[in-house]
Amino acid sequence: MAVKVKLPTQLRANAGGASEVSVDGATVGEALEGLYAQHPELRERLADGDGGLRRFVNVYVDGEDVRFGDGLDTAVKDGAEVQILPAVAGG
Amino acid sequence: MAVTNLKCRECGEAYELTAQYVCHKCFGPLEAAYDHSTLGSDPSELKRRIQSGPQNIWRYVDFLPLEQGQPGPSARQLSRVGLPAGCTPLVKADRLAERLGLGEVWVKNDAHNPTHSFKDRVVAVAAARARELGFDTLACASTGNLANAVAAAAAALGMPSYVFIPADLEEQKVLFTGVYGTNLVKVNGNYDDVNRLCTEVSGERESWAFVNVNMRPYYAEGSKTLAYEIAEQLGFRTPDRVVAPIASGSLYTKLAKGFDEWRALGLADGDAPVMNGAQALGCSPVATAFEAGTDVCRPVKPDTIAKSLAIGNPADGPYAVELANRSGGSIDSVTDDEIRDGIRLLAETTGIFTETAGGVTTATLAKLAERGDIGRDERVVLVITGDGLKTLDVVRGTFEAHEIEPRFDAFESALGVTA
Repeated sequence: MAVKVKLPTQLRANAGGASEVSVDGATVGEALEGLYAQHPELRERLADGDGGLRRFVNVYVDGEDVRFGDGLDTAVKDGAEVQILPAVAGG
Repeated sequence: MAVTNLKCRECGEAYELTAQYVCHKCFGPLEAAYDHSTLGSDPSELKRRIQSGPQNIWRYVDFLPLEQGQPGPSARQLSRVGLPAGCTPLVKADRLAERLGLGEVWVKNDAHNPTHSFKDRVVAVAAARARELGFDTLACASTGNLANAVAAAAAALGMPSYVFIPADLEEQKVLFTGVYGTNLVKVNGNYDDVNRLCTEVSGERESWAFVNVNMRPYYAEGSKTLAYEIAEQLGFRTPDRVVAPIASGSLYTKLAKGFDEWRALGLADGDAPVMNGAQALGCSPVATAFEAGTDVCRPVKPDTIAKSLAIGNPADGPYAVELANRSGGSIDSVTDDEIRDGIRLLAETTGIFTETAGGVTTATLAKLAERGDIGRDERVVLVITGDGLKTLDVVRGTFEAHEIEPRFDAFESALGVTA
């Protein structure tokens, strides 16, 4: 599956300035592995030591937080948009 | 100034005092750090300096992350721009205490701010810092109260503003925002959708100060002023217990930070207060995590009349859970019916009409009292964050009015009172 990963401004310096990266993967976890394969520095920023995400990293598939799905096992369709954003809220 | 830098709450990495909010190393949130030794070591002198300041939050400018504003009388300069907030009443609520079987209850009525909620505090600090950093536009993602505060502050400062809200917000809050001439953006989605959009927009609009996104480390510090005021109004003492609402968890955790700072400086006597957090059952990710004994707050889709607290993905949730445990408090949730009862209870016993968030907080106090969690000897402060005029729909139909002809006998028979 071809998937588009959208990067927040805070991560673009670690991805050669790119705001979007095209990767292959059938799940969110696979898409992120594809992202790390292209830009290894991003793994340390996003992943915790146990194969999960750091606690202030939010990941969305087509606008839906993956924690409403199966987390990193959430399936992604061909052409899906995976968005990474820092957790920030209060209004 | 005592503020020194921004610091990551997760890994401790230090950053300069610019408009960033995320640690580049670990994605943790950044928070303002201080070196209070620059303020001297004499608490009496510090108290005098606070008391000679203006009657608003700028009397506490020593403890806020701003470059401008000398402490004491010259802090009045800050009061001449924008919408100064704070110095709201702390009311002794004897009838509420009696109704709940408690010894001593005080209500911190923050509906007494320029746009009738505590958000004027955080916006005043964020806007002041935004001006220092040279931003030309104010913006926010809001559940309503922040929308009011940002639109009004921008109008007062002569700055353009963009306010993003969920499209289904209460009409009163929408009208109270639009009247200030802001660019009002109603997003088809809940607050978490609005917030996600604003996090993205903030990255692409570098000249905009999003008060609760890229200005968040400064914005959040404004909530400490509520703690300073409570302590000052109690005679530079901490209360035994504080009951406050939780949406993102920012206000709740910053209240504790404010008390801790003043205790460390010798400005407030007393122990660290027990901190009780209040959520609506229809949006209670932090209360759920607390009950489950974890600090991982699983996001929820909000469904509650307490829209100002309807944040399903609370960024400061883990810190709120940690605080509840550390302080010996708890985080509880209440139903929509209990929220309505809470609004009524506060109104009937104190004369203070609060919005749904205050209903949540009051209902939680009632629940704690009923459960026997609060000792008769405790001094309790209930933090009321917003005005009932903003959520009028929830009280509609909850009382009876007598419609009569303008005749004395009609009055007597309708009300059943005779001489």
